[in-house]
Order: sequence, then C-alpha cells, then structure tokens
Amino acid sequence: MTDWRPSAKREALEARAVLLGQLRDFFEHRGVLEVETPLLCSAGVTDAAIEPFVLGLADGRRYLQTSPEYPMKRLLAAGSGDIYQICKAFRAGELGRQHNPEFTILEWYRLHTNHYQLIREVAELISVVLARKGWQIWPWQTLFKTVFDIDGLSATSGELRALAKSRLDHVPKDLDHQGLLDLLFTHCVEPVIADWGVVFVVDYPASQAALARVMVDRPIPVAARFECYVDGIELANGYWECVDSRELERRFEADNDQRRALGIETRPLDSALLAAVGSGMPECAGVALGVDRLLALQLGLASISDAISFDWQAS
Amino acid sequence: MANFSTNEFKPGLKVMLDGDPCSILENEYVKPGKGQAFNRVKLRNLKSGRVWERTFKSGDSLEGADVMDVELEYSYTDGEFFHFMDPVSFEQHAASSDAVGETQKWLKEQEKYEVTLYNGAPITVTPPNFIELEITETDPGLKGDTAQGGSKPATLSTGAVVRVPLFISQGEVIRVDTRSGEYVSRASKS
Repeated sequence: MTDWRPSAKREALEARAVLLGQLRDFFEHRGVLEVETPLLCSAGVTDAAIEPFVLGLADGRRYLQTSPEYPMKRLLAAGSGDIYQICKAFRAGELGRQHNPEFTILEWYRLHTNHYQLIREVAELISVVLARKGWQIWPWQTLFKTVFDIDGLSATSGELRALAKSRLDHVPKDLDHQGLLDLLFTHCVEPVIADWGVVFVVDYPASQAALARVMVDRPIPVAARFECYVDGIELANGYWECVDSRELERRFEADNDQRRALGIETRPLDSALLAAVGSGMPECAGVALGVDRLLALQLGLASISDAISFDWQAS
Repeated sequence: MANFSTNEFKPGLKVMLDGDPCSILENEYVKPGKGQAFNRVKLRNLKSGRVWERTFKSGDSLEGADVMDVELEYSYTDGEFFHFMDPVSFEQHAASSDAVGETQKWLKEQEKYEVTLYNGAPITVTPPNFIELEITETDPGLKGDTAQGGSKPATLSTGAVVRVPLFISQGEVIRVDTRSGEYVSRASKS
C-alpha cells in the first residue's frame, strides 16, 4: 500500500509552527521587514557545486531558486532597508540526513553591518530558539591549525592531499585544491567541532569567498564569510557582502570557467543582480539559515526528514 | 552492466569496486556550507565479506555488479565443491569452499539457502536463520542440574558443535540460531 503518511510527527509540526512564530517575532522586534521574492527566477546561480531544478517553459527557462539571495540583494539596492525572508529553496540532488532537495531557508540582511556584528545576531537568535547561551568564534586558519597542525591557508594541493591520505582510509583521486579543503573540513574538522556546541567559523580562504568580500588587509587575504555550526551541524552561512559589481562578475565568470573544466553546463549571469549591485548597493551583511535543521536541533531529531511534513520520499 | 551514480546508491545495490562485487550498506551525503559534496559509503565486499568505507565525490558513479540472490537447495558435496539445486528449474550450481565459508557447518541436505551468484557462479551461501539438526554426539545429562541452567557441548549431524541444556540427549533434533550458533529449543514434532 502506498505510504501516504507524513514524515514528521504531530509534535514536530506543532514545534515548527511555534518556531516560525518565534522567528517572525525576533525580526519584528528588531524592525526588520519581512519580504517575499519569486521562487521561479529567470537566472540561476553560477556556483558549480549547486544544481538548481530547471523548468523549460514555452517562453524560456526558469530556475527554482537555490536561495533568495539575488532578489533580496536587488531589494536592498532599491532601498528596502533591513529585510528578512522565510521561504522554500531547492537544490537538486542534495539528499541526506541533513539535506532535502526542497527545504526552508531563513535569510536576512542588515545594513551597515559586518560579518562579526551579524554573528552576534545569529547567536542571539540561537539563544532564543535553541536556548543555547555559549558560543565560540574560530578563525578558519586557527581551527585548521588546531585540528591538523598545518597552515591551511598557505598549504599546497600536494600537502593537502598528503594530509588527507594520512587522515582518511580513502581519498577520491580527482579532487582539486578546493575539493581537498572540503574533504578535510567535512570529514575531519566537523566531527571535532561536533562536541563544541555553537561554533562560528570565520574568515575562510579567499578561494571560498562565494559572495563575501575578501579582506585584503590580512597577511594572507581571507573571505569575510562565516559558517555557524551547532553540535557539528552546519546551520547558517553568512557574508559581509561584496558590493563591487565588477568583482562579482569576475567571480561568476570564474564559476563558469570551473563549470567548463568540470564539463558541466555554464549558467547565464544574473544581469539584474549585477546591475542592481552596480547601481550602488548599501554596505551590508547577510546570512542564510536552514530552518529544517534548526527545528531538528531544537527537537533533537537525527534527520531533517522528521522535521518536514512530507520529506523528499513522501512528497 | 549499467552505471550507478552516488545519488542512486541505496542499501542492497550491488556495484563493482576495485574489481570485486560489493553490496551497498549505507550512503551518507555530506556537504560543507559551500563547495564540494561527498557521499560517504559503506559497502560489503561480497567476496571477502569485509566492510569497506569509501568517500566519493557526489555524482561519481560505479559500474553495477552482475549479482543475484537466489534460493537454492543443498544437494551434496563431492569433497571439493558443494552442489546446490534450483528447486524450480532443477539447475545445478557448484559452490567452492571459499564461497560456502562458515556456512559449511550448517549445510543440511534438502534445506534451502540464500546463494549469491556473481556472473552466474556462487560467491556466498547464507544459511536460514534457524535450522533443525540432529545431535550425533553428546554426554548423557545429569539430572537435577537443569535449575542452574547448566549446559554441555553437543555435536550436530553437520559437524557443528553447540552448547545445549543438560536434559537434551543424543539422537534428538534441536533448533539452532545459525547467526549466533546458539541452541533455541527442541525441534517441533512434525
């Protein structure tokens, strides 16, 4: 018989409703405006590691958003002020205990704020909804050095590969420099910080900046980006935003170069986003947080499937 | 055989890895906030029985293995090979002692076994969870010791040795759990 039942229990659905209310209260009290942006967008992200669902329509392609980042930035450029959004986002093929191809995201932007100030606000939100007070902040380089006793920012690909081989039984052959960093981080660092509670990892290698600005005043430039981990679960990713449209365009082109190297389809650049940023986007910091994971952490659920009414298998 | 991508790796899927057929046990998707996604996969090597842990880049693929699980009846051994028969088609399959492995001590004629065929040849033979076998040798039990739950070794018709309660005697048929090698009960009278 077809299993028609929800993947989440009634208690999880109730907790979810309460959580959504808490999140909205949190931002209302802080004067942050709730917004909605389109789920079906005419441009997708160029990031080679993110695969959108694509719809071929009679009047062209549409992409189900992988995050609301680009239209929210266009609102910021248009003078919206501080904004937040709670919405669905979609990423093809991302399925596991902490992933569902359709998931709920909370994303917000604060004007005239850098990533360190935004971390404080994320920590406050976590203290409200998870009742977790303590948190630590770890520069990526220090964390890497603590776990591996190697300077991850200056290490060569050969050194990273040797390190991975010494730590793991098996290393996929065709990993590039970024892939090796990702392998080491997910397989060796995340298990270590799983015991540290709420951890913010900051100042990533410049090559992993995504859309964060790169702080060039450091001995080795680093990205003004942070990741928030709770009990080893990656909960939120934030940037002190890069507001230089030419720099963003360079990064999108570099993403497409990487796509070509990997033999995957290139993506058209989001010209509306580039034009909006170019028109004078305000200085700001923004962060995206996984709401399903937040709920799973709150309820102590092993998989986000238990926090979603109908998970990928059931939907 | 077809190729299977990491997102198709489900428990039970049979794939080729390093030249050996393997059965996927677990597939965990891991991805940092930004960047390369991986699948951490646990596989059982069907030849050696060993469990392997491998990390794949998401989207990588493995060739499927021509592996089939079939239920066959054990017929006899010629000393070198163990012969099984498909009870429906009467097709014969000869399994080596490597393929039979530990199951050898639970081989009983006309009993059904799950046999894994790789490229048509048996590579593993799994006994039923419970099997009824005759005791060919055991010391006479001492009366009165049953309250203490005492036990003694008993040799079964297949050569396996299991511990049985003291009140069980030679010639009786008992039910054994092949997974633990433990006595369960006297066999039900048929």
